[in-house]
Amino acid sequence: MAEHQDHSEDHGQAHYVKIWAILLVLLIISVMGPIVAPHIAAGFLKAWMITLMTAFGIAVVKAYLVAANFMHLNIEKKYISYLLATMLTLMLLFFSGVAPDVMKHQGQNWENIAAKSEIERGLEEEAARAHGEHGEHGGEHDDAAH
Amino acid sequence: MSTTRPIATTRSATGIPTGKLAVWWVIASEIVIFGGLLASYVMHRLGHPEWAEYASHTNIWFGGTNTFVLLTSSLFAVLAHYAAEHGDGKRAAKWLLGTCGGGFVFICVKAVEWTGEIHHGYTITANGFWQFYYTAAGLHGLHVIAGCIIMLIIANEARKGKELHRVELIGIYWHFVDIVWIFLFPLLYIAK
Repeated sequence: MAEHQDHSEDHGQAHYVKIWAILLVLLIISVMGPIVAPHIAAGFLKAWMITLMTAFGIAVVKAYLVAANFMHLNIEKKYISYLLATMLTLMLLFFSGVAPDVMKHQGQNWENIAAKSEIERGLEEEAARAHGEHGEHGGEHDDAAH
Repeated sequence: MSTTRPIATTRSATGIPTGKLAVWWVIASEIVIFGGLLASYVMHRLGHPEWAEYASHTNIWFGGTNTFVLLTSSLFAVLAHYAAEHGDGKRAAKWLLGTCGGGFVFICVKAVEWTGEIHHGYTITANGFWQFYYTAAGLHGLHVIAGCIIMLIIANEARKGKELHRVELIGIYWHFVDIVWIFLFPLLYIAK
């Protein structure tokens, strides 16, 4: 009986360790994604698409694995899932309502001059830095080790 | 002396223990806090092409190391819950201390990382990207510290075999903190 209990305990803990191992494999894929993406990009499959999938697609899978297996959302009462889904829906509502004003910098009757000048200033600084680095270091990036 | 328990701890319309329900509601409100912050970051990041260059200065290895640390500490937290469920308070306390150790390592890595970034001039006032970076990661770091303090209190009780149900409650909170980092990691370290 005790032996049976020990066996079931090992099985329960082994499940959590297995989920953790899967999470680590997914972490490695997400870190390697931007490094290997330029090498495997071909045709319509662009490097940024691969990075997007390995970064955010995997983040969603990792979050699901933690929520379902570690937080036990898969065996929790449905009330909790509905509660969390409602909050996420509110976030989507917030995003869809506010994003057009933030992501666009002009409309029919308005213009976000501050945002436009900030973008211009940032891009000019970047271009100047890139130009300076090409001149001083022959293309080496001074922050490569950072 | 009255031995009756407050109504709030015995009444349950949902069938979920009151303490656990409270933790889930805390998490629901945290989704709005972190969700609002991350949603704002995403819309600014998409609307500001110059942020790609700013983001290229974050170090993916620091972020990756901290993701590994938090995922491992989450494993310790769920093993603590498992031990508590089997009535083994001392073992639960040990796993909780391991989880706290993960939180401590996370904060230490953050301290080293931030010191380097500030030294390079990437401070909270540098530009919009770094403002979001320090606010989001800082708020998350405060949650890690708060979680560790609560966990130490619960571990002390669990060690004596008391209030073992609380081990699960702090575990749920800790896993949520882990999930927030799972999304912060690609947003701040991978998308460049």
